[in-house]
Amino acid sequence: MKKLLTGNEALVQGAWEAGVNFASAYPGTPSTEILENMIERKEVKSEWAPNEKVALEAAIGASIVGLRSMASMKHVGLNVAADPLFTYAYTGVNGGLVIISADEPGQHSSQNEQDNRNYAKAAKIPMLEPASSQEAKDMMKAAFTISETFDTPVLVRVTTRICHSKGIVECGERTEIEFSDYKKDVKKYITVPAIAKELRKKVEERMNALGDYSGESPFNLIYNNGKKVGVISSGICYFYAREVFGNEANYLKLGFTNPLPDKMIADFCKDLDTIYVLEENDPYIEERVKMLGYIPHGNDTFPPYGELTPDVIRRSLYKEEMPTIDYDKSKVISRPPTLCAGCPHRGIFYDLGKRKNVLVAGDIGCYTLGFADPYNAMDFNICMGAGFSAGHGAQIGFDIKKENKRVVSVLGDSTFFHTGINSLIEVLYNQSRTVNLILDNRITGMTGHQENPGTGRHADLSEAPFMDIEAIVKALGAKNVRTIDPNDLALVKDTIDWALGLDEPSVIITRWPCALKKLSQQDKEEFKDVFTEKYEVDADLCIGCKICLKAGCPALSYEPISKKTVIDRTQCVGCGVCAQLCKKQKAIVKEVM
Amino acid sequence: MVKSILLVGVGGQGTILASKLLTQGLMEAGFDVKMSEIHGMAQRGGSVSSQVRYGEEVYSPVIEKGGADILVSFEIMEALRWLDYLKPEGKVLVNNYTINPMPVVMGKSAYPNDIIEELKSKVLVTVVDAGEEAIKLGNAKVMNVILLGTIIKLMNIESIDWNKIISENVKPSFVDINLKALEIGKSLV
Repeated sequence: MKKLLTGNEALVQGAWEAGVNFASAYPGTPSTEILENMIERKEVKSEWAPNEKVALEAAIGASIVGLRSMASMKHVGLNVAADPLFTYAYTGVNGGLVIISADEPGQHSSQNEQDNRNYAKAAKIPMLEPASSQEAKDMMKAAFTISETFDTPVLVRVTTRICHSKGIVECGERTEIEFSDYKKDVKKYITVPAIAKELRKKVEERMNALGDYSGESPFNLIYNNGKKVGVISSGICYFYAREVFGNEANYLKLGFTNPLPDKMIADFCKDLDTIYVLEENDPYIEERVKMLGYIPHGNDTFPPYGELTPDVIRRSLYKEEMPTIDYDKSKVISRPPTLCAGCPHRGIFYDLGKRKNVLVAGDIGCYTLGFADPYNAMDFNICMGAGFSAGHGAQIGFDIKKENKRVVSVLGDSTFFHTGINSLIEVLYNQSRTVNLILDNRITGMTGHQENPGTGRHADLSEAPFMDIEAIVKALGAKNVRTIDPNDLALVKDTIDWALGLDEPSVIITRWPCALKKLSQQDKEEFKDVFTEKYEVDADLCIGCKICLKAGCPALSYEPISKKTVIDRTQCVGCGVCAQLCKKQKAIVKEVM
Repeated sequence: MVKSILLVGVGGQGTILASKLLTQGLMEAGFDVKMSEIHGMAQRGGSVSSQVRYGEEVYSPVIEKGGADILVSFEIMEALRWLDYLKPEGKVLVNNYTINPMPVVMGKSAYPNDIIEELKSKVLVTVVDAGEEAIKLGNAKVMNVILLGTIIKLMNIESIDWNKIISENVKPSFVDINLKALEIGKSLV
């Protein structure tokens, strides 16, 4: 049956058809919908893990005892999961194990643009790179067979345009695979040096066998149009190339890309006058082509960063683009992402933005937007969980330099469970005098509301043990801990003042649900009548001072003709932050229902 | 011949559902279809786009600058932001609806009131009031399906069974209102 599927949906379809038994993931754009869709497949045990490392480790355990297993993550997630990956590449598998890395050329929603094809090469594992939704399904299915045939984990590397593009996919049925027997085998799975040295040799033998297989893989194809110009590419770049070159070039379309098919590449290149390697980011294929003795155009012609969409290829090759309409661009006002109306992070960043002599160490989540106007309340953010630990280091730096600056570190609830908990241990163990804010909005927000260990629900919304952040923090030895409502600006100010007055670590937990969250029964009991009220501006009292606009709320706007603020009642969810800013005029009032 | 439809708007306006329904219909009509969209950080009130391409065989899922046959904008300023993605002979469908960007919210910039005139001076523009029509229907969120109805009419693809596609792809309790929204959308041009 034909279906229109995103790449992410197609990966799930392929794994499901291959009889996958267990899937684990931590959410991250553009990979999130992989596990979200797998949850719907009831034959498969699907779990959100607190981070990518434990997700992969859980999948490895299931693979060792004989299940077909998978772990999916965004590109930076594989950094977190790299440790188990490199060693499981030595032991090999029992049930097939497939890792999906969703890379982000163009950095649509990511802090960097790393090319994770390098991981397959470094870990010495086979890699597949689909170019369409159909291939995402086909390769995912094949990946489990390759994993078991060659006794190795397999990396399926996709990019945003594969994950979030839809195409037509021929869907099949699920084949239930007989579970592989589990037999204790220390010579395979115990990685003490004496054994690991033997495993290391096996890895090389396997890579040699995979090198031969790559040349026979149905995913590596030559399209000979009888031209003297040839294009070598993998993934979505193949289709970008087709868009630009049409039938005016020969193509080597690579889908099985570690190890690369050397003989096939040489055969393709040998009669060509001009060779282009079209690949996003690193010269992964290009370097191999050069090693084989050919001189292709790659990074000398095309940019090594961003997406290699048809317009970029055209610009790089012909110094021109398709004709466009010329118009007055000065009328276009930028529309940066903003904290939503009712976002519980607003009160915190409003407060932090007003403080002097404070460095705010940030982290990855919606709250990173605290850096932007009108708050300007974040100094840096590095990676998941780095807020507290990098903040700790910054405080050490200021103290050693005898600079009178204090560090306030912020991260979210899901980030706390991810790796923030390790960062907090660092802070508490080394007794940093930083203020550590855990912005608990009761859900994983940025990626679109996935459950986490703090929400009391599993991926399939069944009840889970509820992990209480305050109890955890206290159990780690934090003495100065307060949990507050972040919408109460006076309380926020008092609590941060209190924490900055201490000469030892403190933890402030803000607890209020994300304004977009579908509330659980527990939320409804805890946060009575949340998001049911609305505020309005009393035009007689509003003097147009714009102080309320400092909340940076998209529900507020200033009317230049009437010189008053108005509140968009479809957006307002009644957090009341703007009303607290209007304390002199008291012009923002609760609507009488 | 591959046709490219670019749907743009502001995160939260429902461009994704509209393009999902559109692509589903095109597939069932026998076309090869690809669609691309960006999720993530931009969803938080940022500028968003869904790119739909269909024809006998579609290669790239991405529409390049100067490549769209039709630009459908769910919000006035977004039409101008994405105008250079339109072919010079392309058409614009714009929803007469504004969402203030943060610089306007903050009182730092004023929302220009002559964007539609600027658009009309460059290309063929159809303006509809999908926001107002949606509120009349009792749910501001169906603005997206009203616009879908208008797109279908403009693209002359009314013969596809859109009622079936809507019924199969929206939550049962919202089917009726969306079917009405589709008819209203068709009647606007």
